[in-house]
Amino acid sequence: MTNDSTILDERRAQVFRSGSGDIDIACNRQSLAGAVSQRACVFCGSRVVLYPIADALHLVHGPVGCAAYTWDIRGALSSGPELHRLSFTTDLREKDIIFGGEPKLEAALLELIERNKPKAAFVYSTCIVGLIGDDMEAVCRRVEEKTGIPVLPVQSEGFKGSKREGYLAACKAMFRLVGTADISDVPELSVNIFGDFNIAGETWIIKDYLERMGLTVVASVTGDGRVDDIRRIHGASLNMVQCSGATLDLAKMIEEKFGKPHCRVSWLGIEDMAESLYKVAEHFAHLDPGIMERTADLVRSELGKIMPGLARYRADLEGKKAAVYVGGAFKAFSLIKSFRHLGMEVAVVGSQTGTKEDYAELAEVTDPGTIIVDDANPLELQEFIKEKDVDVFVGGVKERPIAFKLGVGFCDHNHERKIPLEGFEGMLNFAREVHASAMSPVWNFVPRREARHRDVGKECGHDE
Amino acid sequence: MTNNPAAKNAVSTTNACKLCTPLGASLAFKGVEGAVPFLHGSQGCATYMRRYIISHFREPIDIASSALGEKQAVYGGGPNLKKGILNVMKKYSPSLVGVASTCLTETIGDDMGLILHEFREEFSDLDLPEVVHVSTPSYQGTHSDGFHRAVHALTDQLADPEAEKNERIALFPGMVSPAEIRLLKDIFREYGLTPTVLPDISDTLDGPALEDYEPVASGGTPVADIKALPGAAASVEFGSCLPRESGGTCLEKRFGVLNTRLPIPLGVRACDDFYDALAELSGSCIPRRYEQERGRLVDAYVDGHKYVFGKRAVVYGEENLVVALTAFLAEIGVQPVLVGTGAEGKRLAEAVESACGDLLREQPLVREGVDFHDIAEEAEALTPELVLGNSKGQRYARAWNAPLIRAGFPIHDRFGGQRLKGIGYEGTQELFDRIVNALIDKKQSDSPIGWGYI
Ligand code: SF4
Ligand code: SF4
Repeated sequence: MTNDSTILDERRAQVFRSGSGDIDIACNRQSLAGAVSQRACVFCGSRVVLYPIADALHLVHGPVGCAAYTWDIRGALSSGPELHRLSFTTDLREKDIIFGGEPKLEAALLELIERNKPKAAFVYSTCIVGLIGDDMEAVCRRVEEKTGIPVLPVQSEGFKGSKREGYLAACKAMFRLVGTADISDVPELSVNIFGDFNIAGETWIIKDYLERMGLTVVASVTGDGRVDDIRRIHGASLNMVQCSGATLDLAKMIEEKFGKPHCRVSWLGIEDMAESLYKVAEHFAHLDPGIMERTADLVRSELGKIMPGLARYRADLEGKKAAVYVGGAFKAFSLIKSFRHLGMEVAVVGSQTGTKEDYAELAEVTDPGTIIVDDANPLELQEFIKEKDVDVFVGGVKERPIAFKLGVGFCDHNHERKIPLEGFEGMLNFAREVHASAMSPVWNFVPRREARHRDVGKECGHDE
Repeated sequence: MTNNPAAKNAVSTTNACKLCTPLGASLAFKGVEGAVPFLHGSQGCATYMRRYIISHFREPIDIASSALGEKQAVYGGGPNLKKGILNVMKKYSPSLVGVASTCLTETIGDDMGLILHEFREEFSDLDLPEVVHVSTPSYQGTHSDGFHRAVHALTDQLADPEAEKNERIALFPGMVSPAEIRLLKDIFREYGLTPTVLPDISDTLDGPALEDYEPVASGGTPVADIKALPGAAASVEFGSCLPRESGGTCLEKRFGVLNTRLPIPLGVRACDDFYDALAELSGSCIPRRYEQERGRLVDAYVDGHKYVFGKRAVVYGEENLVVALTAFLAEIGVQPVLVGTGAEGKRLAEAVESACGDLLREQPLVREGVDFHDIAEEAEALTPELVLGNSKGQRYARAWNAPLIRAGFPIHDRFGGQRLKGIGYEGTQELFDRIVNALIDKKQSDSPIGWGYI
């Protein structure tokens, strides 16, 4: 390990450099007190997964903040209802904390269901609800009886772990819906899209590919999602799971109960995109021999559309360096490959919630010397950016000012992005995004890159 | 008050028109030199608030958390709080750690005063930073309360009773923008006065590009200046709905520093009050520069009055700003029809009535404790033509087909919220221009004629 003075001793095991022996990164730990983690909470994890179900009511049972900070923060688009873009909360007050929040929860649910006519309601518990011990199950059951729609408690008390536990809680809540509708008209050549959030319409791109291959998409569970579709997801022959953590549990539950298999996919970057489509095609090849060829045609024609553009960007970006810090590790893999396509090297890679296996794999696919980090914080990130002197940082809004302060380009790859980065066309958008930041002339003026600034300062006696 | 009976709010909240108390406290702590805000609670709250604040200021916002897990929630968060502060010390070498409680730690009943007392004893051999704590359960109050409570805590806990008499004026500006704080400092300087601004986010939340990363952004009110506050010649604080206990009242009660409460200096009348107060404090009359600014502002009022007259406006957001904006609209001839805040118990109606004086031909509906759903319920029938508030009302303004003039916090859907100005003659001018142009812009885009002159 090098000059890692910014790393707290207790965090050393969560930082690794490729090529420095066997990786044994300590992940899935509770964040360290006082370390300014970039992580969120269980509730956040549940909210992420269920958020894009657009015709459900999402009621946050707790004090105002948890709901206020998650109001319309994600770019998950809907082709119809937009109930998910509103922020509902019981806004618990002091007297609810003292006497219990159940009456308010029940009244709020009845009021909101009456007003918004949702297809189902998800009720999220927050830290405080875990403490005051409201019986959400009971309230939900009562409201379900009164209103006739599914009312599903999501046990997402923030302090009971990290985002991962939230994913599981969300899957459990969704699973209650699965199997409650007729599937007799679901064809055999059918799939479900899991773990794609339709950010900036990405799911629609993927759906289009799948349909061109001859497949029927029964449900896109977590992007442009619909309650009635989720009730039928057990009918599809294959569940395609993206995003390592978020929906794998649901896929496993379905596999166990309904015997429907799943496969892991990634819709990011050229290789992963194509490989994922081929994987799905292969699964159905015995039923539909033509599918392999249709898939190959599709990949060829889509690649043909983007290659000239990619080559132009690559000419400018060749040799530049990137840092990647993302929520889940699956994205990191695809990004490393994508950057290679642009002639760029990933010098720092990290995630909030990667697993031991994820990090071992990262160590394998990255070049020696690459910094691999679990659950980083701003001080570490800025240190890594400087040490590796990267040109572009890929992350979320919380990382943006760190990059910008250091005069480093930035590409938003989080759930609030406004530009589709998935699919083949997404790869071209990604290249454009990286290019637009890395090639901007503004970096000429930032102090870290500009020697002139200092000289001028000295001449005028500004340099203290 | 000639007001309709208060509309009945729903039990549930849809699109809250307020934020939680620890967020306000964190913002206030960010305005102290070398300070790191610290939330005593679970990790999620701090991360969410950081993200929320970053989207407005576009600056690194580090807020530490004691990151309590299930065990600590049961057995108490004291050990994590102590350990967390030690970790913050190691990495940030802060001069101050501003600890705010959250819903979680308030409910489990952690006694922060006691824990921090123990902390100081246990680690008395270390070079400890100042640790100020404030109780901010968000089931009591809003981010605005959190902000003012933190300012009060800073004043009350740091003030040195032995501080020597000095010539400074304590200024408690409330939740204004970094650009507005820079402007206020200029104005004081012009009068020959030296203010201690608490909090001072002018650099910490709107910093320059730098050679190297600063773990804690430079700028902010120096801790030594806060300690010296009891020696100040006087104090000034802005706001029409301030809590009884504030930075200014604390100095007055404990140390006899004369406190003047003024409305946020937005609009000619409120600015006049402020500049008059400065004249009195400094013993000098209004500098010619400001007289000219005032003159130009009135001239602009005249030039622009027809574009704005009689327009029906909805105003929402943080209670003190809402009063200031409404009073300003009243003086330019806009008709506020609905004024709302998520806060409760702020005597908003009285404040609005007294701030508008007899300029309004009709009193607006004034609502406390509302969310955007409640506001929209009433606003629709009032056919608003202009909306003033933070960016969270954007979709509503769009539905009403009325331009939204963004003011206050947060501004998430536009660039440069941290540099917006509305106070002083200069800021009022800027705001007035924005309003007139927004209305002209609307008229122009609604019309098939692309007027070359307007
Ligand atoms: S728990 Fe309380 S402090 Fe935390 S985000 Fe929610 S409202 Fe704010
Ligand atoms: S209170 Fe709990 S659930 Fe809400 S944001 Fe904070 S950590 Fe998450």
